[in-house]
Amino acid sequence: MEQFLQQIASGLANGAIYACVALALVMIYVSTDHINFAQGEMAMFSTYLSWQLMTWGLSFWGAFVIAVALSFVMGVAIERLILRPLHTAPILSIIVVFIGLLAIFNSMAGAIWSYLIKEYPSPFPKSSFGIAGVIGSHQLGVVIVTLIVLGLLFAFFRYTPLGLAMRAAAQNPQMARLVGVRVDWMLALGWGLAASVGAVAGIMVAHIVYLDPNMMAGILLYAFASALVGGISTPAGAVAGGFIVGVLENMVAYAGNQIEQATGIYIIGNGEKLTVALIIVIFVLTVKPAGLFGRVVVKRV
Amino acid sequence: MAALLEVKELKAFYGQTQSLYDVSFDIEAGGITTLLGANGAGKTTTLRAICNMVRTTGAVRFDGREIAGLATEEIVRLRIAHVPEGRGTFTSLTVDENLRIAAYTRRDKAGVQADLERVFGYFPRLRERIQQQAGTLSGGEQQMLAIARALMLKPRLMLLDEPSFGLAPLIVLEIFRILRRINDEENVSILLVEQNAALALDLADHAYVLETGKVVMSGPSSVVKDDENIRKSYLGY
Amino acid sequence: MATSKKWVLGLVVLAVVVPLLKPVFPDAISDYRLFLVSTMIIASIAVLGLNLLTGFNGQFSLGHGAFYAVGAYTAAILMDQLSFPYWATIPAAAIVCFIVGYLFGLPALRLEGHYLALATFALALAVPQILKYRWLEGLTGGVQGIVLLKPEVPFGLPLTEDQWLYYFCLITMIILFWAAANMLDSRSGRAMMAIRDQNMAAETMGIDIALYKTVTFGISAAYTGIAGALSASAIAFVAPDSFTIFLSIKFLIGLVVGGIGSLAGSVIGGIFYVLVDNSAQALSQFVKNGLGLPFDLSAYTVFGILLIVIIYLMPTGLAGGLQAVWRRFQAARG
Repeated sequence: MEQFLQQIASGLANGAIYACVALALVMIYVSTDHINFAQGEMAMFSTYLSWQLMTWGLSFWGAFVIAVALSFVMGVAIERLILRPLHTAPILSIIVVFIGLLAIFNSMAGAIWSYLIKEYPSPFPKSSFGIAGVIGSHQLGVVIVTLIVLGLLFAFFRYTPLGLAMRAAAQNPQMARLVGVRVDWMLALGWGLAASVGAVAGIMVAHIVYLDPNMMAGILLYAFASALVGGISTPAGAVAGGFIVGVLENMVAYAGNQIEQATGIYIIGNGEKLTVALIIVIFVLTVKPAGLFGRVVVKRV
Repeated sequence: MAALLEVKELKAFYGQTQSLYDVSFDIEAGGITTLLGANGAGKTTTLRAICNMVRTTGAVRFDGREIAGLATEEIVRLRIAHVPEGRGTFTSLTVDENLRIAAYTRRDKAGVQADLERVFGYFPRLRERIQQQAGTLSGGEQQMLAIARALMLKPRLMLLDEPSFGLAPLIVLEIFRILRRINDEENVSILLVEQNAALALDLADHAYVLETGKVVMSGPSSVVKDDENIRKSYLGY
Repeated sequence: MATSKKWVLGLVVLAVVVPLLKPVFPDAISDYRLFLVSTMIIASIAVLGLNLLTGFNGQFSLGHGAFYAVGAYTAAILMDQLSFPYWATIPAAAIVCFIVGYLFGLPALRLEGHYLALATFALALAVPQILKYRWLEGLTGGVQGIVLLKPEVPFGLPLTEDQWLYYFCLITMIILFWAAANMLDSRSGRAMMAIRDQNMAAETMGIDIALYKTVTFGISAAYTGIAGALSASAIAFVAPDSFTIFLSIKFLIGLVVGGIGSLAGSVIGGIFYVLVDNSAQALSQFVKNGLGLPFDLSAYTVFGILLIVIIYLMPTGLAGGLQAVWRRFQAARG
């Protein structure tokens, strides 16, 4: 029973990370109709930035705040400088540019900081909380930080004029212009926020998966699965999807372990996590593309 | 006194297709002007062209200032409110949010609050539905919301594109009555594009008639109403 | 297009004759260089596969590395476990990959643009893990992969192994490109491209869109799979970590730099990415020693920057750019 609860707890912690990255993906998708394939690598690069800042003497949270702020600027810059001129380009061109960004961020991280795997500190004091040590302190910290960030974002979009303007611009850019909203800047801000949220996810997960240029690839795949499960057109759905998928991932691995212990037959375990994510992605895309909470977009002839 | 809006030799294009050919007209401050014409004559395109939503050449001057090259949102910030075809309400946002977003560009919080009260004075139904999602309102209510939202921009000039479209006659009458009140009480000039020529000519002081992208007639609405060709083509008698 | 046919013929003759001069220029036409050119040929075939699907039929794939891997592993397993001769693995890989591609093409029918890109991207990310799956270890050799033997020179011909490999790849390439050219020039080819250009219109023209799309997926996978099978023989080794998402990115680079929707572009693209990949070391040295920057520059930074630059400056790729120059040259001649 204890192991089962531990798996749920760690599933929620993983889910918190997926929720953040999925949210970043959905924010960009809702405002631009594009999927940011470079989201994972951007988050990874931000995490390296924070690591570098810590090496230069900053505290964990100091580095955290500055790295997140830098990521915001980076996101805005990418949208304004690289993506804005391509607003009317064919989809293939835009996807190619995203892949280009992916390659650049990944290889630059490797070039600047090498491919040696590094340890990344946790800001949360070591001990276990909960009933009989069910959840580790870092995992709990991840969930709490994520919930705080998500809460702040929710409040921003719901209660501030700028958040309202961004929502309007994403929903109906033409009409938003007709009430005076500078839609182009709203898009850039959206990118900035998405990059920041991604940075938070990367920094939170680095302690668990260790810092290395390829650390976010698997997480990105899971974030895709989460966004699809929740509904790629709804931010709330993405967050829900993240937690669902996180717990699901751990339950599958746990079930596989149990079966192996009981019967000696190995069906599935930790080594198949990406395959499970792939199956979820294909399944949702073919069976219910709108996800649990999203709406299907009708194709206009 | 210079006209509030001067349009000179306006040409408009959708891609390679030309839609307006040398449209010229003036709108004086304070009045209601209507733009009449059959489907496809270029009425909607004219409104879009004023807000730079389509590719244009020619001059558009608002309050003496050239606005033809400005971005749509910058033109709106000069106090031109455009209520587009199909209302353009943000259907996933509430009535309250639809109104607040229009006040986004304004700095005077007290003024915004006062304007909200006045707007609910014109459209009491909106106050009743203030937290409702705009997409769930009836057609008439959405049109009212669109006009209310335009008012929140504190416009000098309001462009309305076929406000009667798809609405029951009683609602249309109510809305047009309110437009008259707005024009009187708020000092908002109105440029109205309408298919329903009879209603438009009743409301407006001045009328222009468009045919295939050109202005073919202009004059005070009383004169235009009595013109035999207009009566036969647009008024049905 | 008589002129271009003359050019192609000329190039083919050169390609056949030059390596035969190896005994005369042993340093210039070294075994290593021949091997390198063989990998360029393999790359061209792989990029052509991707081009057939994305460039000519409009279905985005970010995961062609998966089909390359299937082809490579099919060939490796057949040679390792069933003692297939290397040349027989090519048609076998083609058939297997056609089926896999066709099967993937079925659900892909429902996915447009971004969603298809997403699905294929997910596939590419998962491939190394799938290849390491415990239940397949008996076949795939798990993490360690499978070691193979390089193709032997047949009929006692007076060629080195690398020369023979080169000719084997060349013959395969000529056949495949010739087949592709014929297909694209036919009614089927026009249907393929009609689907890419104007999906709705194609349907009203009476083309069975579903059939064309799935079969094109199969053919595209088969082509890239054949490239994979060739690479298994060429490198004499397959292992899961050779088939990461970065392989699919290399194909994309070849596609975009060479020219989307161009046969010649596929060749240019293949040559290009192999060249840059192999120059990465030299590039890194230049950055470190020449420019004095403490960075280990990798080929992928160059690839990434080029992807963005080409989309901006030359969306039709080098093939398109060269064509434009050629046309202007022709016009100037009058």
